[in-house]
Amino acid sequence: MSVVVRTIARILVPVILAFGGYVILHGHLTPGGGFQGGAVAASAVALLLVAFGAPSLKKLKSPLSVLEDLGGIAFVVLAFLGIGTTFFFNLLAGSGGLFGAASPIGPNAGFLSTGGTVPLMNWAVGFKVLGGLGAVMVLFGLFGGDDDR
Amino acid sequence: MNLAAHAPILAVAVPLLGAFALPLWAKLRPSLRDLWLVLVAGATAALTVLVAVQVYTVGIQVYTLGGAWPLDTLAPGGFPIRIVLAVDALSAFMGLITALVAVVGFAYAWRYLVEDEGKTLALTLGTLLWAGMLGMAFTGDLFNLFVFFEVTSIAACGLVGYRTWASRGPEAAFKTMVMYTVGGLFVLLAIALLYGEYGALNLAYLARQITGSVVDRIALALLLGGLLMKAGAVPLHMWAPDAYGEAPAQAVILLVANTQISLYALFRVLFTLYGGVADPAIGWLVVALGTLTLLVAALMAVVQMDLGRLVAFGAVSQIGYMLLGVGVGLTAIAARPAYGLVAIQGGIFHMLNDAVAIGLLFLAVGAVEKAAGNRNLANLGGLGHDLTWTTGFFLLGSLALAGIPPLNGFASKLMIYQSSFLLSPILSALAILASILLLAVFVKAFQGAFLGPKLSQPKPVPVPMLVAMGVLALGVLALGLFPELVVRHLVAPAADALWTGRDLYLRAVLGR
Repeated sequence: MSVVVRTIARILVPVILAFGGYVILHGHLTPGGGFQGGAVAASAVALLLVAFGAPSLKKLKSPLSVLEDLGGIAFVVLAFLGIGTTFFFNLLAGSGGLFGAASPIGPNAGFLSTGGTVPLMNWAVGFKVLGGLGAVMVLFGLFGGDDDR
Repeated sequence: MNLAAHAPILAVAVPLLGAFALPLWAKLRPSLRDLWLVLVAGATAALTVLVAVQVYTVGIQVYTLGGAWPLDTLAPGGFPIRIVLAVDALSAFMGLITALVAVVGFAYAWRYLVEDEGKTLALTLGTLLWAGMLGMAFTGDLFNLFVFFEVTSIAACGLVGYRTWASRGPEAAFKTMVMYTVGGLFVLLAIALLYGEYGALNLAYLARQITGSVVDRIALALLLGGLLMKAGAVPLHMWAPDAYGEAPAQAVILLVANTQISLYALFRVLFTLYGGVADPAIGWLVVALGTLTLLVAALMAVVQMDLGRLVAFGAVSQIGYMLLGVGVGLTAIAARPAYGLVAIQGGIFHMLNDAVAIGLLFLAVGAVEKAAGNRNLANLGGLGHDLTWTTGFFLLGSLALAGIPPLNGFASKLMIYQSSFLLSPILSALAILASILLLAVFVKAFQGAFLGPKLSQPKPVPVPMLVAMGVLALGVLALGLFPELVVRHLVAPAADALWTGRDLYLRAVLGR
């Protein structure tokens, strides 16, 4: 693609990634969450694919698929954290640590540091979706060849 | 941590974790991946057996995900809101079938799959498929059932089509994907209808509330259609021969178990969810579909020249026997409980027998393909001179599937013949006709592939593959020689769980 597209892509990619991160981070408070944020972040990979072509992104494939695996593992491990009580038990909710503040009762604007393991699971899902969709797009690009057909 | 109390969820979570971690181990070293797979498969099989022992000796196992304790099924107000696993004897029985099939399949895959032809991919998807099947068997929540339905769909399609370099793998995978997705959407729409009507997704709670209204009937029709699509019953079977024919052998036996899990889900819906508003007309519909399936698939098998597709149509026809058995049970059980129960037992027993016998056949076909390089009956011949063990295993499997005594297929088919005779003699006549057709088919296949003059020098079959087939062959013999023991201790409790155990199931989840 032309130098204009490539320059704009370089500027936009960090912005897209940041917005994806924002959607994931606020998944337990606002509409969206791990999957949606991950899909937004993966659109950065799509933009890179359009701007620079698949061959230059070939080296991204392996890290992306590792990221997907790690996201899946992190999700199951977070679910295993509660196994002392039950699987998926929210051990961190109300514990006072990261994301551990107790949620106030009644209508409020939402507090980021609540939710216990739920926000962490959102991050796990977000990384899994970013890795999975990203790797799939890079693979499709590689299969399709480099021409514009 | 009390292992026995957590065993139902661990049996689902361990293979899930195992599947996610498998590719990472493979990136480090293939031997680490194999070690990890042995650990995961061993742990999952042990947990499944532990769950089954608990269920058969103590009673229904209930597990609440995220609850304050495992039996914390109800939110304040007596309403089940969390995801609940409810394992009764039938679920545990299905779990045992998947464990047997998966362990044998992985042992076979060790030397059957080639390292640089996507071995890691196949093992990962196989583990994921196993996790999905156990989830479908153990869940007590309708939406959760749909989620695991989709997990098995995606893993199964991956297994069918991952060999993109093989001739027709991707095409078969696409066909399978379309059928599975349409079936999944049917199930999802049915769940949405039930949720809209009753505001709940818990199976036991819905079973208590269900009234048999028009919406309920539409939901039942959708569930029936979606689950039968995945089970591969005629007229929705067109994906099955392609998928069975194109997937690698160790994946095919997982796919066979997967169709049986869909049948299990169907039986759960028919008996547990709709048991309170049961209608004999539904039983007749299942009987009709079952008879159609076993006849059409047996007739289609006659004309096949590809050994894999031939066995695949045999596998589809066995689905018909299971549907016939349980359908007869559903029709007759209200009026004549004793006969109905025998019919259901026959259908459920046939699931185990089919998994063992057709599994043996598919593994033997895989061995033939690996040894001789192709599966076309026109080019095969005289393999019995060299592949002595494989020949014996294929013969044993085909005789068992055709229902020749004293092998295992006969034991369960006899129960189905006897009980369907009571409903209508024509049904058992048609079922026997299909068995005779299958015998003819397998005589042709055996003669074509294994007898006659030696055409070429086949490669020897690796020992682990022979051991895996040997385990299933022993199963064929043991289930055929001692059917009484298996029926009394394993199958009868599973059949009871569907009918008389319905109240126990509801009470175990809802506490009243």
